[in-house]
Amino acid sequence: MASDNTVGAVLVAGGGVAGMQASLDLANAGYYVYLVEKSLAIGGRMSQLDKTFPTNDCSMCIISPKLVEVGRHINIELLTLTDILSIEGEEGNFTVKARKNPRYIDMSKCIACGECTKKCPKKLNNEYNENLDTRKAIYVQYAQAVPLKYGIDAKECIYLTKGKCGNCKKVCPADAVNYDDKPEDISLKVGSVILAPGFAPFKPSDFETYRYYDAKDVITALEFERYLGATGPTMGHVIRPSDHSDPKKIAFLQCVGSRDINRTDHGYCSSVCCMYAIKEAIIAKEHAGGNLDVTIFYMDIRTFGKDFERYYEKAKAAGIKFVRSRVHTVQPEPQNGVMIHYITDGGVSNQEFFDVAVLSHGLVITGETKKLSDELELETDHYNFAKTSTFAPVALSRPGFYACGVFTGPKDIPTSVMEASAAAAASTTKLTSARSTLTKVIHLPAPVDVSGEPPRIGVFICHCGINIASVVDVPKVVEFAKTLPFVEYATNTIFACSQDSQDKLVSLIKEYRLNRIVVSACSPRTHEPLFQETLASAGLNKYLYEMANIRNHDSWVHAGHPAEATRKAMDMTEMAVAKAALLVPLKENIIDVDPTALVIGGGVAGLNTALTLSSQGFKSVIVEKSDKTGGNANRIHSTPKGESVPEYLESLKKKVEEDPNITLILNSQVNKADGYVGNFVSTLSTGEEIKHGVTIIATGALEHKPSEYFYGKNPNVLTQLELDELIKANDPRLNDAKNYVFIQCVGSREPDRLYCSKVCCTHTVHAAIELKKRKPEARIFVLYRDIRTYAQKEDLYKEARSLGVIFVRYDLDAKPEVLEEDGHLKIKAFDPVSGHVLVLSPDFLVLAAAMVSGNECELAMQFKVPLDQDGWFFEAHQKLRPVDFATDGIFMAGICHYPKPMEEVIAQAQAAAARAATVLIQPKMTVGGIVAEINQNKCSGCGVCVSVCPYNAISLDDKGKAVVNEALCKGCGNCASSCRSDAPSLRGFTNAGLFAQIASAL
Amino acid sequence: MSEFEPKIVAFFCNWCTYGAADLAGVSRLEYPPNFRVVRLPCTGRLNPKFILEAFKRGADGVWVSGCHPGDCHYIAGNYYARRKFIVMHYMLDSIGLEADRLRFSWISSAEATKFQHMATDVVEHVRACGPNLKFRKAPLILGMEEVA
Repeated sequence: MASDNTVGAVLVAGGGVAGMQASLDLANAGYYVYLVEKSLAIGGRMSQLDKTFPTNDCSMCIISPKLVEVGRHINIELLTLTDILSIEGEEGNFTVKARKNPRYIDMSKCIACGECTKKCPKKLNNEYNENLDTRKAIYVQYAQAVPLKYGIDAKECIYLTKGKCGNCKKVCPADAVNYDDKPEDISLKVGSVILAPGFAPFKPSDFETYRYYDAKDVITALEFERYLGATGPTMGHVIRPSDHSDPKKIAFLQCVGSRDINRTDHGYCSSVCCMYAIKEAIIAKEHAGGNLDVTIFYMDIRTFGKDFERYYEKAKAAGIKFVRSRVHTVQPEPQNGVMIHYITDGGVSNQEFFDVAVLSHGLVITGETKKLSDELELETDHYNFAKTSTFAPVALSRPGFYACGVFTGPKDIPTSVMEASAAAAASTTKLTSARSTLTKVIHLPAPVDVSGEPPRIGVFICHCGINIASVVDVPKVVEFAKTLPFVEYATNTIFACSQDSQDKLVSLIKEYRLNRIVVSACSPRTHEPLFQETLASAGLNKYLYEMANIRNHDSWVHAGHPAEATRKAMDMTEMAVAKAALLVPLKENIIDVDPTALVIGGGVAGLNTALTLSSQGFKSVIVEKSDKTGGNANRIHSTPKGESVPEYLESLKKKVEEDPNITLILNSQVNKADGYVGNFVSTLSTGEEIKHGVTIIATGALEHKPSEYFYGKNPNVLTQLELDELIKANDPRLNDAKNYVFIQCVGSREPDRLYCSKVCCTHTVHAAIELKKRKPEARIFVLYRDIRTYAQKEDLYKEARSLGVIFVRYDLDAKPEVLEEDGHLKIKAFDPVSGHVLVLSPDFLVLAAAMVSGNECELAMQFKVPLDQDGWFFEAHQKLRPVDFATDGIFMAGICHYPKPMEEVIAQAQAAAARAATVLIQPKMTVGGIVAEINQNKCSGCGVCVSVCPYNAISLDDKGKAVVNEALCKGCGNCASSCRSDAPSLRGFTNAGLFAQIASAL
Repeated sequence: MSEFEPKIVAFFCNWCTYGAADLAGVSRLEYPPNFRVVRLPCTGRLNPKFILEAFKRGADGVWVSGCHPGDCHYIAGNYYARRKFIVMHYMLDSIGLEADRLRFSWISSAEATKFQHMATDVVEHVRACGPNLKFRKAPLILGMEEVA
């Protein structure tokens, strides 16, 4: 392709969390982004969630900074209310025709004051709250929406439909209402397209079984989620909808519209419902104060993700009941509540009364999305999910089209985010020649020199909707703040983090010449960077900022003591102001970035990361411990989609070998690692020294060696990978074998290894199908605890059963018994359906052995990155930063993070490359800020600081005085607290500042 | 409220205990509102002088909490903090302050419940010690003759 007509811009369709992440990674890697969203605002389904599993993080709290980041990114053009009409052209150069539908509000004028909504007479169902309350015809989607601009529902507006009313126009103080707004057709030039249209929740209205259509106390899980939400119709109070009383018993019914080919065509598993049901059950119990009785009716509990199994166990320990049964009838009771009729595992018919039945409905591709796929000539599967291959998990069937999120199959947020980053990398491999041709550069206003000026502090006290204001008397805190020394201006704000508040902050800084800012709101851990960026955009050094956490540390935990909470908020604000008065502007240093990546591990993840980076024009060095690349994949025969793994691996290895950007070093590992983002130096066991700007850890995992079931004692007891090797090699032993038994969860989901290895159910089912196809008369039994063939993999489970594979469930306290008689295996397993003990004599016993971490403590120590309690590398944020470490410049890919199937490994590898590219693209980057400095006049050269510095950042100069290497210093402050003469000081956390905080705390 | 309400200064490291306090908030775990938090990058930043300063200014108790051993974001800051803390504890005794007024703990950012329990426990222990008057100057009640 001629580079001259390659376009350095990408279209991202869909403004949910996946589309947002893809946009950010693209824009930060030098590509201009058109983010097209059909509704009024971005945020997607995640913005509707109350909490996210398995950390119970507040969904809005974690998505909000991302919303704002997208909204304010100079290289992301947000096109709301926009429909895609057509996409013509080919990869590298597409022309997109789109229609911007009228908002009837001039976005440049709207100040989101809400006067219009107050006066609008038309009440409508509020979709954001799943129609459980109302909104007006002029509205914002939700309180923290980006862009925070009103819009008119044209189909419902009285003026637009009947020519009467006009209230909103009359009351709008900004004259933003424009009834004459017209659709506008636009044409965009892009190099590639990422589709992230998301899903709709399944509507159970047609199900007579569940009586959702007429029983008030039967609700969907998303409706329940809104009841739990602080911004929901009952502000987080759980109610029985029919009479608004407090429910005492709640039932969750799993697999509604999923794993169901009887009433719907949704044979797939929706992947997320088990976890969200558990989450909602836990949160509901917390909200209701412990006495709530919750029962979850399920077929298989599918808690297969990182930390999910522990979450499940925690729920059980919290008293949530799990009943294995597919409910056959829900009968509304005459007054309130419902009678649930079900048949127990043991075949007994039962009925039980519940106040509320929550339907855990699945994820569905909408007709609109299917139409888009058809119009764009993209292949879809029989469930309307877009088709991808295992080896190119984010590439669609048509070149130049990529996908992330639920469009390609049901998945949770972290997997969607991973795919989003992967799509950012994959969609730009052909666009590198046009990188940075269309992006704009931020010209920060020249920093205002405030040194020498007396402090002029601006204080902003956030209501956080009602999160703070319902407990803390915010106006009182504002009045108090006004009395504090150096406070020039103090005010309250409904959502300090919203875009309009940020804009207001900038103008107030200028208007009042504020030179220190204090925000009393939520946690600096989540929101400090956002506010600091705002300061910078106002020309203020970003370190002239201090935060008081009056939400997480105050209103949320002292809800029962409003007076004390208000007192505490005042004290906290005073402490912040006292510290702020002593803050000084801090300089950041510009450092060079070595544009090379070090990839540790030469498995599928490592090789894909390096290849993706190479396609972006970056060099990498792969360090592989063993004498060959390919890792665990060398032992795998084929993917569940039927693709040949050996063929794939061969071409992958060849590509790596031929790639001039990739250096492969076998039989080596990292012995020592020094440096920091942009400038790492790693010493290998071969003695070689590698300089690199980023590090990607892709060290894989191991198959557990079972110590039970005669493994290692009887030659016919194999692990899954050992069976795969036999299949791959067409081993003659398989020709004679007629009977197989598979045992699942060998070493997984046990008290001392409390996680699900995620891949084994699918692996077993796939292997069973393969064996059945080779020899239809083979007798295959699978002994399992829960079958976890999530997403479209459920089809394989169905296929296996239709081929005659027999699945027998067992419980952890009644594991199958394996005996050996004259070298022959004999297995006894209790079958809960027939109530009999089955005695099986297989030719082969195949154990689904757990995936275990490769014990990477040493590597973790070298790069100073954490491992979790199961030995997996621990990401910066389980939901929204699934490939990043907390330490800048270090990323992870593959099963060293957590067990996952190959398509997810490859997606994560591409994602790691995308994240790494956002560092490598910068020839220079800024570091520093909060680092130590030495007052050499006070330094006696004793060397205590040198010895306590964990980063070797301090040394003694030729005069025997201590000096700090600012690029190495991480700002821990060990030196500052250890020196006898206070020579070192930690910028941003000086003794003076901290003393001031202590003084004002008391 | 007639019962004595202690004032406590807490020093939390940003990465673990401050995070646990954040999570306790997210999880709406209530605990007594008696302490004020000074956020430090690491407990390793904790200069023993900060503890003395707090007591000197009339704090009834001081609570220092950081990452679990091995979890320190800065590799070993919490170990250095522990050394300083042990020395401080002995010193407290020698200057006549009850040991219960100073608490040191390890709470990871995921341990919201532990945070809640610890917070409650710290407050109760300090409450049992009563008001800290040791460092406060005794009110001067002088007769005229003494002034003269």
